[in-house]
Amino acid sequence: MSLPDATLTHLRRVLGVPTLPGDRYEVREPIGHGGMGTVYRACDRTLGREVALKVLRADVAGEDAAIRLEREARILARLEHPGIVPVHEVGTLADGRVYYVMKLVRGERLHDFAQGSGRADVLRVLLRVCETVGFAHSHGVVHRDLKPSNIMVGSFGEVLVLDWGIARVRGSIETSGSTGGEPVATPGEDDTATGVILGTPGFMAPEQAQGISGQIDGRTDVYALGAILRAITGPTSQGGPVPRPLEAIWNRALSPDPAGRYGSAAELAADITRFLDAVPVTAYRESLGERAGRIFRKYQTAIILVLTYLAVRLLFLVLRGL
Amino acid sequence: MNKPVLGLLLGGALGALDGLTALISAPEVKPEIVGIVIGSTGKGLLAGLLIGFVARKVNNLVAGILIGTVIAALLALPIALHADPVTGRRYIWEIMIPGSIVGLIVGYATQRFGQPAAQRS
Repeated sequence: MSLPDATLTHLRRVLGVPTLPGDRYEVREPIGHGGMGTVYRACDRTLGREVALKVLRADVAGEDAAIRLEREARILARLEHPGIVPVHEVGTLADGRVYYVMKLVRGERLHDFAQGSGRADVLRVLLRVCETVGFAHSHGVVHRDLKPSNIMVGSFGEVLVLDWGIARVRGSIETSGSTGGEPVATPGEDDTATGVILGTPGFMAPEQAQGISGQIDGRTDVYALGAILRAITGPTSQGGPVPRPLEAIWNRALSPDPAGRYGSAAELAADITRFLDAVPVTAYRESLGERAGRIFRKYQTAIILVLTYLAVRLLFLVLRGL
Repeated sequence: MNKPVLGLLLGGALGALDGLTALISAPEVKPEIVGIVIGSTGKGLLAGLLIGFVARKVNNLVAGILIGTVIAALLALPIALHADPVTGRRYIWEIMIPGSIVGLIVGYATQRFGQPAAQRS
């Protein structure tokens, strides 16, 4: 038995399943929800591939939200980078909701990836995030909602920064926002506040949380990167003691005063790279003992080999004296 | 610096130092120290060069260390078997073991450091 088209359309509308114009895309199941939209897995019948479809949620649909989603699609289209999901198409549904079609990314969110990976692997992923964010900054785009759940680590090692819905573009007019007020309380850290203040508590820089839009720049994202660094490499995620230089890196990135932070995502990445290479980081002044320990850990095999050689020489000397 | 050159320089330097340690471990060989140092340096240069060439072909730390040790041990063997003309004594272990460790160090260094061979298209 098949239902009449009118009934099907009604059911889809009631269930919130989008009906796209034309028959190119077949919408399958929802795979994610954000502050503004729902993401569906869909099939592109023309090219025979799976894609992701982001549609404005029915409960937040409105002119502002529609403009913001369309703006997100335009930002993504403008930022051509391996760390940013490419957009294939943007349009409007029959019910007026805005949607866009993008590459379907398979993988896990950064917080899940961090649970099953070593600190060095997690830091290498964060370096890629810094590179992507730095690229966006160079194009005048500040993400403003960086958090582990907005970073996807693909099955083949690709690292993608998602959800550019509240990104700020230099020179553009804000679709919403304020110059004052308290941060919006949200049920959990994964919920992006969509009221007066835009962002996620716990990852928002003070200037963003206070709605001082004039102070928002690349360093606002540096703060969020510091919060991510703390969340994914701290004791709650990785267990065990946290190396002091690493702690100093996130403390510097999390400075309440933007002037006290790293000047750019690239500067933060450079310090993380130094930490990975076991060389001194700019955020931390190490003691003589710490320096000796770091050098020993870096060259431990070579040092052990030389000590073995010397020990053998000494042994022969002692044996000779017996 | 490419791996054979690194092996050559490191092998030569360690070989010279290894030869000089004879002044401490066997002071009676002092009259022949120049010959010992020249011989030990030559052995180190040759071993280092060979180990460096191996490191260009074999990209494996454990294999590199093992091969380095074996090459250095083989080159040290004829010297170790050669009896001291004055005392008639053979310093087999005193030469073989430190000499092999020098090969081990050079094997490690050429695997970890040094420019790998350029890919030919």
